[in-house]
Amino acid sequence: MKRLMSGNAALAEAAILSGCTAYFGYPITPQNELTEYMAKRMADAGGVFIQSESEIAAINMVLGAAATGARAMTSSSGPGISLKQEGISYLAADELPAVIVNMVRGGPGMGNISASQSDYLQATQGGGHGDYRTIVLAPGSVQELTEVVPLAFDLADKYRSPVIILGDGMLGQMMEPVDFDNLRRPPDYEKDYVLTGAKGRPARMIRSLIFDTKLQEEHNWKLFRKFQQMEQNEVRYETYLTDDAEMIVIAYGIGARIVRGAIKRLRQENLKVGLLRPITLWPFPAKALKEMAKTVNDFFVFEMSAGQMVQDVRLALEGKGHIHFYGRPGGVIPMPVELSRIISRHYYQEHFGGKRKKR
Amino acid sequence: MKTVYARPKLLKEAHFHYCPGCGHGIINRLLMEVIEEMGLQGEAVCVAPAGCGMLLYNYFEIDVIESAHGRGSAVATGIKRVRPDTLVFSYQGDGDLAAIGTAEGFHAANRGENITVIFVNNGVYGMTGGQMAPTTLLDQVTTTTPAGRDSVLAGHPVRICEVFSMLDGTSYLERVAVNKPAAVIKTKKAITKAFRRQLDGCGFSLVEILAPCPTNWKMGPHEACVWIDEVMSKQFPLGVVKEVPCT
Repeated sequence: MKRLMSGNAALAEAAILSGCTAYFGYPITPQNELTEYMAKRMADAGGVFIQSESEIAAINMVLGAAATGARAMTSSSGPGISLKQEGISYLAADELPAVIVNMVRGGPGMGNISASQSDYLQATQGGGHGDYRTIVLAPGSVQELTEVVPLAFDLADKYRSPVIILGDGMLGQMMEPVDFDNLRRPPDYEKDYVLTGAKGRPARMIRSLIFDTKLQEEHNWKLFRKFQQMEQNEVRYETYLTDDAEMIVIAYGIGARIVRGAIKRLRQENLKVGLLRPITLWPFPAKALKEMAKTVNDFFVFEMSAGQMVQDVRLALEGKGHIHFYGRPGGVIPMPVELSRIISRHYYQEHFGGKRKKR
Repeated sequence: MKTVYARPKLLKEAHFHYCPGCGHGIINRLLMEVIEEMGLQGEAVCVAPAGCGMLLYNYFEIDVIESAHGRGSAVATGIKRVRPDTLVFSYQGDGDLAAIGTAEGFHAANRGENITVIFVNNGVYGMTGGQMAPTTLLDQVTTTTPAGRDSVLAGHPVRICEVFSMLDGTSYLERVAVNKPAAVIKTKKAITKAFRRQLDGCGFSLVEILAPCPTNWKMGPHEACVWIDEVMSKQFPLGVVKEVPCT
């Protein structure tokens, strides 16, 4: 059955249905509906809800809850996510599973409360101190939000690592029809690390302080191997009209949704433009992109930022192809018609401007 | 032959890394004694701090999780809310609880979280080499107050028990010391009481323990113990600061 829900509320419901039993949050726009939904719903679901005194406290409550084996989650937006980076680094180091939601707003600093994609680098490059990565899932609709939530909890448990859901203010606040009929609660993993008191077993410890540099190095390599596995197994992306495309647009989240609208217009004008939409921003679908570069020369990156994912595109293409970029930072949300104009200008420049021969 | 004292079984056979005359070793031992005597090894979860106490998981034969600097009360909250049957205590120093972790400690106390904070107050940042702590006394010389703590420049020593006593969420707050045998016995009683009250669901409890740090105080171990009686406890009076009847 379809229900009309905001992205924030749908995400919260999906988390409950995925077995989340501990949520800790602090108010910040544009994700408040998520915290409020949890406040109402968690008690009925038999879980724990706390409105914490800060984002720092919330992420550390998550850490404590995760250490007892609970599926734990917190959510925030830009400035609050910056505060959570301390805890995310500890979660990664301690190998504790957790889901962190960022409904990104315009920044830097206080910024504004509009939708933005300006936290890409923070999310995909580790974000906190130390040598670690987090899986980053970037849904593009309210329905897809509900689909990445069980996936996020599953990946967190599977790899014992924090997973980030990177939405934005628009995705969080807009209402769309959504159904939970196909949502499957992820399986329970055997957890031999949880702290519940050393009853009938040796005492356990969870810590990231390793004074012996050789042991710390070993721990880092262990984490690194885990991140390599993620890179090998967890890349997710979607393509749209790429088969005959002569220009591939790369965009994610709500940005990709706007691009779809632009591509529909462009196709009506017979411009052969397709879309590659990364669903995992880390690990980034680099191989798929590189593969496309065998037949396509022009890659157009659109981001609602001054250009962050474009770095990953550059790395993925390894010098192949030509990269175009268009960005709208600061919380500006362009219309499809604006994008279609910009894309077609680049498209025609490439084809008739004489820079490069048509294949 | 009658055994009058033995090492608690929950204290691992390891050498403490603490300096000679440090109070942490005594407090570590007391905690394991109390948990052993109360038969709580199967329920206890300790949250270790950043600071001199951070390596206590090398000594405790109970479940331990490390917390980021100052976040012990928040981590303990997460554990206790999910697992109300566990005995959860955080072990925090004065920099940890009274400076960087004030918000987490204060609000855990205000929510009346049913946890226990073991608050070790030795008036300095020990592990980092003896800098001023929020609890450093006025005129006390530290590496960051070389001319002595001046209230105009560096504020006043924070009395955590008294501050927390104003919060309706707190249930039991006592200040004790480990500078002489009689004080050590009182400390053990206070820890036992705090744990007992947690098991009874009485809410937030905190035991503040004045502990000697001869290395950073630039004193001999005996001199440091005397200083707690003659100087430190004037600023931080010993005794029960708050005890709410538990219903």
